[in-house]
Amino acid sequence: MNQLSSETFDKNAKAALADVQLRGALRHATSLFGKRRLEAARSLNNWEELRTHARAVKDEVLLHLDRYLETFVANAEKRGAVVHWANDGTEANAIICKLARDRNARTIVKSKSMTTEETHLNDALEAAGLQVVETDLGEYIIQLAHETPSHIIAPAIHKTKRQVAELFTSTLGMPPTDDVAQLTRTARATLRDRFAAADMGVSGVNFGIAQTGTIVIVENEGNIRLTTSVPRIHVAVMGIEKVIPRLADLDLFLKLLPRSGTGQRLTTYQSFITGTKRNVDDEGPDELHIVILDNGRSRMLAHPVTRQSLACIRCGACLNACPVYQQIGGHAYGSVYPGPIGAVITPQLIGFEKTAQLPYASSLCGACREVCPVKIDIPQLLLHLRSEITSNGSKRNATERIAFKLWAKVMVSPALYNLSSLAGRLIQKVMPLAPAWTRERDLRPIEQQSFRSLWKTKLSHE
Amino acid sequence: MKVSLFVTCLVDQMWTSVGAGTVAVLRRVGCDVEFDNRQTCCGQPAFNTGYRDEARQVAQRFIRIFEESKADAIVSPSGSCTAMVHHYPELFAGDKEWEPRARAMATRTHELSAFLVRVLKIADVGASWSGKLTWHDACHGLRDLNLKNEPRTLIRNVRGVELVELENAEACCGFGGTFSVKYPEISVAILDQKIEAIERSGVHAVVSGDASCLMQIGGRLSRNRSKVRVMHLAELLASQSL
Repeated sequence: MNQLSSETFDKNAKAALADVQLRGALRHATSLFGKRRLEAARSLNNWEELRTHARAVKDEVLLHLDRYLETFVANAEKRGAVVHWANDGTEANAIICKLARDRNARTIVKSKSMTTEETHLNDALEAAGLQVVETDLGEYIIQLAHETPSHIIAPAIHKTKRQVAELFTSTLGMPPTDDVAQLTRTARATLRDRFAAADMGVSGVNFGIAQTGTIVIVENEGNIRLTTSVPRIHVAVMGIEKVIPRLADLDLFLKLLPRSGTGQRLTTYQSFITGTKRNVDDEGPDELHIVILDNGRSRMLAHPVTRQSLACIRCGACLNACPVYQQIGGHAYGSVYPGPIGAVITPQLIGFEKTAQLPYASSLCGACREVCPVKIDIPQLLLHLRSEITSNGSKRNATERIAFKLWAKVMVSPALYNLSSLAGRLIQKVMPLAPAWTRERDLRPIEQQSFRSLWKTKLSHE
Repeated sequence: MKVSLFVTCLVDQMWTSVGAGTVAVLRRVGCDVEFDNRQTCCGQPAFNTGYRDEARQVAQRFIRIFEESKADAIVSPSGSCTAMVHHYPELFAGDKEWEPRARAMATRTHELSAFLVRVLKIADVGASWSGKLTWHDACHGLRDLNLKNEPRTLIRNVRGVELVELENAEACCGFGGTFSVKYPEISVAILDQKIEAIERSGVHAVVSGDASCLMQIGGRLSRNRSKVRVMHLAELLASQSL
């Protein structure tokens, strides 16, 4: 299993930079997504208004999340859904494994869900002796390759067409081809049988509507429709932040999400699921279970700056727009959620111990904030997390900490400032000042005469 | 109008012609320029790396010094350092004494092109320079200060200049302050996308509003022995070579 850690971000990134195929795939996909997003946003004349409005809806929900969740749960239960609360990933996985065991469900189909990636549900199901098949094409590819998704909405974005063809040939016995239609047909044929045989379908949730208890899931392949309707049991896993107040709010988010994610005006399918089937003769699962997951989210909720992290609708636009992600892809982050939003939520979900490099994996260019459909100020969050990391008393940064203490002393004293500029001028004559800089870039030398000296001797008299 | 120059520590130490150019342009458009030699840095390196106490010490000193100035405006040849001053209210959020002082300082502090175009309403500073050039939208100027048209307006009015747009003009150059030395390989990989576009465009010079980005772009161009040179907006606007 290709499992990278955030602790080794620097090393992972270097390996990614050396991978020519990966960089080609990333360059192609991120620029295409970026271009399509821009065109889709421009197709509406009120994009900025929609963003502002969507953020206001999210802020309102997050301010009264307990109330909206209670309403959502009450309405979902009224329609026959069974709601389970999970404090963390382990609890969520245990609930789902128990449901499967109690109901004698052996085979499980899954539709794409980052939340279940977060809880590592597949590992838990497999450890419980259950067979689980990912049914989203990208996720299926990843599962066959024993990898993890490298993008929030395009899990196999790092793979080229040729790599997928080779994978299908070796794992599914497909005759060698790089015809995309043939690849899709092969996956589809294999997956159809899995749907028919499955006892349980596990999905994520894009939106939970408090007013009606409805869960809404968007997709393009139809596999979610099948996952949530063919097996006799449907389990939907939903983060606490997914709830929105009213059905009428959905219009807003259905305009923003597909446009930001794939540049589509609307995804091919939108599934609205409200409770279980009304009559025994109706089609659809007998049971609907909704697992509502916290897993660190209420920590984000507690702080006024970090709260906005929960407004995220997982569109992936910030990944495509991020110059760092564009170069290294998602795996280098070593976290379930990669890219700018991943660098923001991962440390908050699992703590700084193994993730302290992530908030620094950004040039703070702000492209992520510019494309975010719910106006999350990701640079502000990165800066906030950096300040948390440095004030955590971690020993890792001892040298840096001392350097900044000295730096501050120099910057508040003109005498020390002038002295260090003199020192810099002298030192640069005998050794390079910044080896990390000069390996691949020339460094402009410190001027022989500073501006302040030029001002004193010349400019002020002109 | 009386202007107090915030030259930035980078320009002070590494690129004096940017400071001199700023003074020349401001004087040419009729400003009375003062320079307080007690100034050092705005605090951005510490703020961006997460050392807020240190950033506050340096920022407080900045505020104290410039509060003493009677100038109508504080002007800086840097979008990034100006944006940092605009972040001061956030840095002092909740501080009864310093937050209002920070807010007042942010309101008085302008980036050069914003000051010329938005405050003085000047589009032509009487500059001339012969050649083809492109504008690199430095991130903080573009996204924190919303500077897109202001520098372009000024450049289009420089006699002898042909302005060419890069397809990735708004993309980051990969500098990012300490990012460029913490992750030099990623920084250069990002930079190379910019360099490719610059070389394809056939320009003689890349112009930007931040010396830091220009050190990044210029450092790679120089390493590649490119014929393209980098130039700060203040240097271009100061030029009267025709």
